[in-house]
Amino acid sequence: MDFYLATLIQGLCFSAIALGIYISMKIFNIPDITTDGSYTLGGVITAKLLMAHQPIYIVLPAVIAAGAAAGALTGIIHTKLKINALLAGILVMYALYSINLSIMGRSNIPLTNVSTLFSLISFAADPNKNTFFVLIGFVAVIALLIGFLLKTDFGIAMRATGNSESMIRALGVNTDRMKIIGLALANALTALSGFLITQFQSYADINMGIGIVITGLGSVIIAEAFVNWFRITSVWLSLALVLFGAIIFQFVIAFSLSIGISPTLLKLVTAVFVLLIVGLPRLSFRNSS
Amino acid sequence: MIELRQVNKVFNRGKANQVNAVNGVDLRIAGNEFLVIVGSNGSGKTTLLNLVAGSILPSSGTISINSTDVTKLPEYQRSEWIARVFQNPLSGTAPDLSIIDNFRLAAIRTQAKGLNIGVNTKFKNTVKEKIATLGMGLENKTEQLMGTLSGGQRQALTLLMSVMDTCQVLLLDEPTAALDPRSADIVMKTAERLVDEFGLTAILVTHNLKDAFTYGNRIIQMAEGKIIKDLAQKEKSALKQNDLFDWFG
Ligand SMILES: Nc1ncnc2c1ncn2[C@@H]1O[C@H](COP(=O)(O)OP(=O)(O)O)[C@@H](O)[C@H]1O
Ligand SMILES: [Mg+2]
Repeated sequence: MDFYLATLIQGLCFSAIALGIYISMKIFNIPDITTDGSYTLGGVITAKLLMAHQPIYIVLPAVIAAGAAAGALTGIIHTKLKINALLAGILVMYALYSINLSIMGRSNIPLTNVSTLFSLISFAADPNKNTFFVLIGFVAVIALLIGFLLKTDFGIAMRATGNSESMIRALGVNTDRMKIIGLALANALTALSGFLITQFQSYADINMGIGIVITGLGSVIIAEAFVNWFRITSVWLSLALVLFGAIIFQFVIAFSLSIGISPTLLKLVTAVFVLLIVGLPRLSFRNSS
Repeated sequence: MIELRQVNKVFNRGKANQVNAVNGVDLRIAGNEFLVIVGSNGSGKTTLLNLVAGSILPSSGTISINSTDVTKLPEYQRSEWIARVFQNPLSGTAPDLSIIDNFRLAAIRTQAKGLNIGVNTKFKNTVKEKIATLGMGLENKTEQLMGTLSGGQRQALTLLMSVMDTCQVLLLDEPTAALDPRSADIVMKTAERLVDEFGLTAILVTHNLKDAFTYGNRIIQMAEGKIIKDLAQKEKSALKQNDLFDWFG
């Protein structure tokens, strides 16, 4: 398959995770490690249900519900038991490994002879081009829904919860409930990425989620760099940049591989890349002040 | 009316650093009262306001607002009656949200935050008119992020935000402590105007002698978590600034 097209498709598949991390990390200030588990959960449920010949209109809500449940669980552990959010996420992610394995019954499910989201609708004769167009539509709908949500009264309250908790409590918002909903939403989005990737790659694997949170973080950090650079305050532009970040991130990885960086070193290279985008602006600010 | 009965708040109970921040306080504040609280640092003023607002719950005792027992109600539920201006201007507003979004949340303080778009043209115009009354020139900056404003501007806006929705009690915790004298003056004058206009019950904590003297119709002094002086309107108006000076001494 065409290098650019394949990378674009990957980026679009991961843009749901990027939107999820944008919500947990940027809106709620919660580094949410549940992500690794809920991504796999989304993939596992997709594979299992598709192989049982369930239609997409059953698979999609099931994936969203499962991701939301995982996120809500982390939220409940964090807010009700007052356990550090990072630890709460790690616990749920860890537990999800067993749950995912139990659902699958083995460590890998290939998708054979099933119709997927990408074969459901036909825009183009070439299957990869078709996948690309379906993804564009799918991601656009998600981004529009999230953008609309963030503009509503509920969305403003959500954004304020991560920004000034003392204020928003005084303005009548149950911040615990808000965080639980926020993490549920974030992980539902993450599970959607699992749903998309599983159909694109035609398999789900128990280890597919390891370190995937970095993909979301990297995308959001790229977006944030532009937001700070151009002093962007618009919600719509920020969301568009998050999607853009997800695609750029995949291009960086694809580019590293194409110049001959060994796949063994890929995670190291990715970590260094994320570190660079976070670290460089700080270093240059220090020098200029 | 706000009523506190035998309210205690102990921090770090049983540890070496145990503090009885509020110590057996009995206090009734009538609906038309504008109560000023003075007292040295650490005397329990902020803790008392936090207890009324519900951001912390008492170790013992009861608190009621308009005859409803709110002792166990969390802060977000007490917001039905109470609006608040914090000591730190940063606490009362969301810096990364626009001014208009901050106002929208304030305008639905006592209501559900639903899935409708509340920031529409009509709302924007209403907010602009209200902000114009401050005379700070902020009415044309409503799309700006709250965090770009100075402490004084934010504190003044927080006050306006308090009365965007129905409100019966206004809590002001050293609202001018972090401000320059001119902003401080605007904030205090605005507070007084709003308290009058909306018939609010108000509690003002202040270290500013002049403000304690000028504003309010009742004054109490706290020390070590207790109320040690309590003067009603008549006695307060008979006070001279120098008498207060001795209190602060
Ligand atoms: N959250 C807290 N945890 C522990 N101690 C506290 C806490 N809040 C206040 N205190 C203590 O309670 C006492 C009263 O504090 P505070 O009410 O803030 O005083 P004031 O507002 O009059 O300066 C102080 O000794 C303070 O250190
Ligand atoms: Mg104080």
